[in-house]
Amino acid sequence: MSRVTIATQPVDTNTLRKALQQPGCGGFCVFEGWVRETNEGREVSGLDYEAYNELAISEGERIIDEAVQRFGIADARCVHRVGSLAVGDTAVWIGVVSPHRDEAFRACRYIIDQVKLRLPIWKKEHYLVGESSWVACSHGPADGHDHVHHG
Amino acid sequence: MTSVTVEYYAQLREQAGQGRESVSSNADSLASLYAELRQRHGFRLDTAQLKVAVNAQFRDWQQPFAEGDVIVFIPPVAGG
Repeated sequence: MSRVTIATQPVDTNTLRKALQQPGCGGFCVFEGWVRETNEGREVSGLDYEAYNELAISEGERIIDEAVQRFGIADARCVHRVGSLAVGDTAVWIGVVSPHRDEAFRACRYIIDQVKLRLPIWKKEHYLVGESSWVACSHGPADGHDHVHHG
Repeated sequence: MTSVTVEYYAQLREQAGQGRESVSSNADSLASLYAELRQRHGFRLDTAQLKVAVNAQFRDWQQPFAEGDVIVFIPPVAGG
């Protein structure tokens, strides 16, 4: 089963959580990214995500492999929504399980950071005032900028 | 001539007015193929702002492409 899902509908996070449970793991860390009502000072009414699914899934699997290698976690899952989302909707869900909490926290942080940098997923924001626009966050570790991305 | 399928996402899809097209080209690299398509569709992004994937694998711009390849030009991403 793929550990990475590009979902067109809201996801049942309880099912995701249960799928990760295993007796050897005492730590479960989850990150949810939600659609926020403002971005860079503009009021957001909603947004559309689109993904290049095949590459997003293979690159996401690579990121999870890296997290397993680096931090020794037991397992992880990543779900990213596509389609039209409203303020408050969950855009991304990342869950990590490991024997202890420290590696779960660190791996979860690593996965969300790399997902934002590397997955071929695009976001078009709609504003209360003015024209919608594609948000350009990053282009991978090679793009040379290091400003902090909020959200 | 080499025939390939090109897929477009996000602003490239909007600027091309389509999500995919069949393209026949004599271009000898992915960079020169993009230059041809940029001229045809008026894409505003240049190769320094894009990545390119062939058959769902990232590739270097200077590499050639082959008959039947599926090529995707990847604008700056914004997941999460």
